[in-house]
Amino acid sequence: MLILKVAQSSTLCGVALRIAPGLTGARRQAVVAVSNTRLYASQATQAVLEKPAAVSTDAGTAVENKSAAAESKSFAVNIFKGQIATSQVFPYPSVLNEEQEQFLRELVPPVGKFFEEVNDSAKNDALEKVEDHTMEGLKEMGAFGLQVPADLGGLGLTNTQYARLVEIVGTYDLGVGITLGAHQSIGFKGILLFGNPAQKEKYLPKLASGEHIAAFCLTEPASGSDAASIKTTAVQSPCGQYFILNGSKIWISNGGLAEIFTVFAKTPMKDPKTGEMKDKITAFVVEKSFGGVTHGPPEKKMGIKASNTAEVYFDNVRVPADCVLGEVGGGFKVAMNILNNGRFGMAAALSGTMKGAINKAVDHATNRTQFGNKIHTYGAIQEKVARMTMLQYVTESLAYMISGNMDSGATEFQIEAAISKIFASEAAWTVTDECIQVMGGMGFMKDAGIERVMRDLRIFRIFEGTNDILRLFVALNGFQNAGNQLKGLQKALKNPLGNAGLLAEEITKRVKRKAGMSTGLTLQGTIHPELAQSGEMAVKAIEQFGVAIEELLIKHGKKIIDEQFVLMRVADCAIDIYTMIVVLSRASRSLSQSDPSAQHEKVLCETWCVEAHGRLMRDIKALRSSQSRQLYNNFRAISAAVVENGGTVASHPLGF
Amino acid sequence: MSGRVLVGVKRVIDYAVKIRVKPDKSGVVTDGVKHSMNPFCEIAVEEAVKLKEKKLIKEVVAVSCGPQQAQETIRTALAMGADRGIHVEVSGKDYDNLGPLHVSKIMAALAKKEEAQLVILGKQAIDDDCNQTGQMTAALLDWPQGTFASEVTLEGGKVKVVREIDGGLETVKINMPAVVTADLRLNTPRYATLPNIMKAKKKKIANVKPSELGVDLTSRLEVLRVDEPPQRQAGIKVETVDDLVGKLRETGSI
Repeated sequence: MLILKVAQSSTLCGVALRIAPGLTGARRQAVVAVSNTRLYASQATQAVLEKPAAVSTDAGTAVENKSAAAESKSFAVNIFKGQIATSQVFPYPSVLNEEQEQFLRELVPPVGKFFEEVNDSAKNDALEKVEDHTMEGLKEMGAFGLQVPADLGGLGLTNTQYARLVEIVGTYDLGVGITLGAHQSIGFKGILLFGNPAQKEKYLPKLASGEHIAAFCLTEPASGSDAASIKTTAVQSPCGQYFILNGSKIWISNGGLAEIFTVFAKTPMKDPKTGEMKDKITAFVVEKSFGGVTHGPPEKKMGIKASNTAEVYFDNVRVPADCVLGEVGGGFKVAMNILNNGRFGMAAALSGTMKGAINKAVDHATNRTQFGNKIHTYGAIQEKVARMTMLQYVTESLAYMISGNMDSGATEFQIEAAISKIFASEAAWTVTDECIQVMGGMGFMKDAGIERVMRDLRIFRIFEGTNDILRLFVALNGFQNAGNQLKGLQKALKNPLGNAGLLAEEITKRVKRKAGMSTGLTLQGTIHPELAQSGEMAVKAIEQFGVAIEELLIKHGKKIIDEQFVLMRVADCAIDIYTMIVVLSRASRSLSQSDPSAQHEKVLCETWCVEAHGRLMRDIKALRSSQSRQLYNNFRAISAAVVENGGTVASHPLGF
Repeated sequence: MSGRVLVGVKRVIDYAVKIRVKPDKSGVVTDGVKHSMNPFCEIAVEEAVKLKEKKLIKEVVAVSCGPQQAQETIRTALAMGADRGIHVEVSGKDYDNLGPLHVSKIMAALAKKEEAQLVILGKQAIDDDCNQTGQMTAALLDWPQGTFASEVTLEGGKVKVVREIDGGLETVKINMPAVVTADLRLNTPRYATLPNIMKAKKKKIANVKPSELGVDLTSRLEVLRVDEPPQRQAGIKVETVDDLVGKLRETGSI
């Protein structure tokens, strides 16, 4: 599937509904509550007050601030409450056991060798398909069934092992990467995640060997980011034995090659409560051999040309009822889970791409002489190389942090996974762009092999959830959790005496924040002492971010969902905070293990943190300032005028 | 006939790596450097596996001498189709001094122990470029040798080896058991595919110490110094043919 976007519409509505209504005024009540609790429970207040600080200093590792009722282990979820949940981010995950690591060590060289010696990315690009012998080689290689269990013909790789191999693919050829990814990261991932044993046994062996290629069919002509609005229908036969599938899907990666399709369609269902008929999305496994499945010609694209992209049509396709993936009506969940589970792979692949671009840029910078010196001796080039390196380091850290979390059984990583996709696709774009800049005219030439990478990369900011939609997803997911916490607080406010402890804690936190004092959050003992300064910056940012989020919730209530100007900035803050923590974690591990590159990583981490902190302070200030409102209004007005005019409005400086 | 082929596989610095000399000039930097199977050994493994696929032999045994990591190289051979491995453990100072004579003695001892019908080795390793082990193994065993093979055919109890020699090819027919060393054009080695790497996990690697084979690793050679090749100096442009001839005379080239 080429362009499949996360439709959040239904999720978004959910968010809005779940955020406590009428939060406005909570702060005023809180102020009232302060005096109450102070009056009646001053000793208790004192006791609770000291608690978080004490915990963080003696335990050293756990800094969890227990105030919300439902505790999420996700770091990203917690920062929206101004809290630090370290369990998923510290220490940096090392999830491979000895055998897994040994196996992976053996897998890496032949994959690299294959791409070095057999695959020809320029030729694939020119032919607009993966060369036949390369495709066969990849199948023999086992590249089509990396995560299929070994007893079903695959390699049974963990997410971390998968990431390491995908990284190699990303280094050499993103077109091949998408062919492989559309097949196993989304094409048949649904069978892996939701398939029943019979479905797995029936489909996975041939998919693992590459005999059958898979595709993921969600996007339709009128349904992109808003995936819930799909029009393809699947109507159950009166006997209940099969569904009749009708509709068309566009921009389907592998659409012209696939034998097995994961298809999302609307099925009319009776609401058990109201008895009304309602359309709900269901996921199906559809075989081309069912009949009535056809596809259009390969699309002409800007990049990833080697990967096949086509329209797929379903015309009265008879799909047996046992081809339903998951539950009837549960298709939206299936789609979101597939996408959510695949995002780390994109970060891994793109960290490989960036490594390749950096190598090219450095090779040029060390050999090219201008004005009598190698150009790498000039500050202008040095800053580029340094920034490129940092972006790669952050992306790589994100990829293996998330794959590690997933492998250790974490279930809450959707914000993190979305951040990794957003960050990786934008970082890779910047790095490749700068690689071309470092190489100058040379980089612009086709033979340098980097312009293809740039074209291939562009789609990564669009497909599998556009970065814009994913930013909303990050922000709203965070708000939802923060909203729940506030709701709990609000309940407590109705009975201040019974909840004196909780209230006291929350109130002191707020008073302290207001006075610019630390609320007791710390990463001391968690991060390596050499990174203490960067750690403090991260903590400060998290505290301030928590305040901003709460203010925004109080100010906008459930209407926050409509505040996209705000949401985008909130997402950017979350991305900056999460990336700071992830590199702090990785660099801490390297320092405590005295890795040969530890000091270099320390510099990368510190530099990243300084800059991210700067951006955060600016963004948070903007979020909290009323002047931003004016800016947003300007944006609205400019856009409205241009839209109305069907193009730019300003008269030409020459008058004509 | 045992139907067993012994193949030597050496772990060397990967051919694509830029070799760097240690600052103290005692050798080259190997820590953290990518290693892989010597390309000529890959050709040897491929040939042995092909013979097995043609059912001309029964078992392929891959042997590597070196530290723990040598097992990775054996695993590669197993993934390419070898049946089992023998890891001759040599580490530390012994490994630093390990040369063709020691390896020949080890190979000869193993060939006898395993009752091998054929020993196939790479003609040389890309790290030390010695090109001695095959010849010395044959000598120690007093077996016939077919070196620099570009074609190997088993005919009854004999091996026909087409050898790459200066200016052409030479065909020899030798009795088995024999030692054959692989040249570049013998075959194109296959890739170890991921599913085969997985299957190779189940194959056995036996661990042997040189002393158990009665091989003494004392070295008679001492490496005095390792230097990088001299940097190529920039050339000069001459204006005329006369200038060129003059320069050539000056340097004594003509």
